[in-house]
Amino acid sequence: MKKGDRDRWLKRESDLPGFLFVNVVRMLFLLLMALLILILGKLIYEGAGVISWQFLTSAPSNSMLSGGVGPAIFGTVIVAFLMILMAVPLGVAAAIYLSEYSESNLYSRVIRTSVNNLAGVPSVVLGLFGLGFFVLFVGKNIDMVLNTGLLFGKPAILWAAATLAVLVLPIIIITTVEALQAVPKSHRDASYALGASHWETIKYVVLPQAKSGILTGVILAVSRGIGETAPILFLGCAFFLPNLPVTDFNLFGYAVPIVNPADQFMSLSYHVFVLGTQSVNPGEALPLQYGSALVLIGLTVLLNIGAIVLRYKFRKGVGKS
Amino acid sequence: MIKNDGKFVVSVEKSKFGKLREDKIFSKEKIIRGFFALSSAMALIFVALIFIFLFREGLNAFRQINFSDFFTGNRDTISGGVQKVSEWYPTSETPRYSLIPLLLGSLVTSIPAIIIATLFGVSAGIYLSEIAGKRSKEILKPAIELFASIPTVVLGFIMLVIGADLVSGVFNPANRLNSFVASLGLSLVIIPVIASLTEEALRSVPDELRQASYGLGATKWETITRVLLPAASGGVTASIMLGFGRAMGETMIVLMASGNAGNITTNIFKSVRTMTATIAAEMGEVSQGSEHYYALFFIGCVLFLFTFIINLIAEVILQKQSRRNKEL
Repeated sequence: MKKGDRDRWLKRESDLPGFLFVNVVRMLFLLLMALLILILGKLIYEGAGVISWQFLTSAPSNSMLSGGVGPAIFGTVIVAFLMILMAVPLGVAAAIYLSEYSESNLYSRVIRTSVNNLAGVPSVVLGLFGLGFFVLFVGKNIDMVLNTGLLFGKPAILWAAATLAVLVLPIIIITTVEALQAVPKSHRDASYALGASHWETIKYVVLPQAKSGILTGVILAVSRGIGETAPILFLGCAFFLPNLPVTDFNLFGYAVPIVNPADQFMSLSYHVFVLGTQSVNPGEALPLQYGSALVLIGLTVLLNIGAIVLRYKFRKGVGKS
Repeated sequence: MIKNDGKFVVSVEKSKFGKLREDKIFSKEKIIRGFFALSSAMALIFVALIFIFLFREGLNAFRQINFSDFFTGNRDTISGGVQKVSEWYPTSETPRYSLIPLLLGSLVTSIPAIIIATLFGVSAGIYLSEIAGKRSKEILKPAIELFASIPTVVLGFIMLVIGADLVSGVFNPANRLNSFVASLGLSLVIIPVIASLTEEALRSVPDELRQASYGLGATKWETITRVLLPAASGGVTASIMLGFGRAMGETMIVLMASGNAGNITTNIFKSVRTMTATIAAEMGEVSQGSEHYYALFFIGCVLFLFTFIINLIAEVILQKQSRRNKEL
């Protein structure tokens, strides 16, 4: 609303319910803000003390009552990386179709509805799906075809990443469609007028401009992926692993350590859950709990702030180059 | 080849070349289009696969468990008789698979959450769309987004270590971890959902309606309550439904904060056990192919169907709403 409009209305004595509403809502907002600050503040207050380079890199020790979150961060990063590798190409391609090719016919309506429905599937149900489909169907069949015994047919990094990729697919599709739609139609028309084909227009005109908008979606997807716990609970996420999920790969006689995607892993989000609910001594583990929660929330909040800044810049910049 | 009419020849050759180039480009474009169409189909394929693979495992439950056992099961009494009870107790010697306590648990945590979140979320949406100035909007919207980005496991942890004590201090509940503690955590998750969708719904109401209402001398409050909210009622309803779907499907908060005791109760200050928490807590420990394993998949089917239907209805409502906005 225009500023003058608002001021006039606020001064009107006859609009008492409106006046009350505005102030109540302002108080609600303040309350929510206070809550957000309280939550973050409490986590920082209790958790900042334990966070050190040592905490971030070392493994938990002494039945999880001391040590750090190193392997958990490692696992989370690996899974997020694999998830992005799977979800981004698929999501961006799907979004290009929805934004650039499809007319509003039955097919595109069905796809849009499926994207929304996929976004609404409870994460724990996706975990069940990951177990039933990726592990017990895809993995078991790969094992049967390649005759690899029980290598792929068990919960592992690869399947956790694949399941999380399904979880974040709608986020990537929706934000990418938005980014593509923000590119003005006149730019496409100019490209066609110069004789470029449909694909050439997308490749050289639309995608370069939508790039930072798409990146926003990718960052949001990473933040969502690393925060999720329920889907990976039964997909290879381990309470505690003595070793990192790394095996030596024989490359021309040299042993090169690579991440083994068929291995189990530790994850930061699961670590927070385990420390909070299954500790042998909850009181003693409390600083570690706050520390781990702070690392996790710090990661997601930083990613989100990055996404917000990037999107702000994208909205200011799109269509002006 | 130069003939009498040079111009003619050139034009023929040019058009031939043009046609060749066009053919080549055309087939390449077709392949690219096909690739993108296939990629977009993956969204539909995944929804279908979720359907198939959940039900493939979930319906196996009926091989070993009677349909009626999902409501009431047999329990041996001390005197040697058998008693019909509604209990979720799959690890007992005579396992009982009643979904009633779990369903009730999910409802008892979700309903207070959706009530709280509707109050906060809808008013926040109204404020953002109709009242907030440009500057405060630029601060409030990212703040709400940041709120939504807090991992649910962290919210669960906070409810566990801070929220539970606060609730205990104020309400003196029957159990320290109870469904109300979980509801508070859940409402934090769904307030941003409802707020942003409500804002969107109000923003898409055509401006002519506002102008007309002011023109008739209505105050802002009258305009909001009698013109805008009725006009955007579809969008607001859909936002509340989607929030409810989120609440029923949320796992980590209820797993950590609801106490996980399968009470049949409507008392929000007692521990309950929800459907999602049951799957999350027990799936890691069952052996594949056991009765219990299939029963957990069956709970997954129930949850999936529930959220699927809610989402579908919300979608239909939203589409109707946008058509109505276009007509206005």
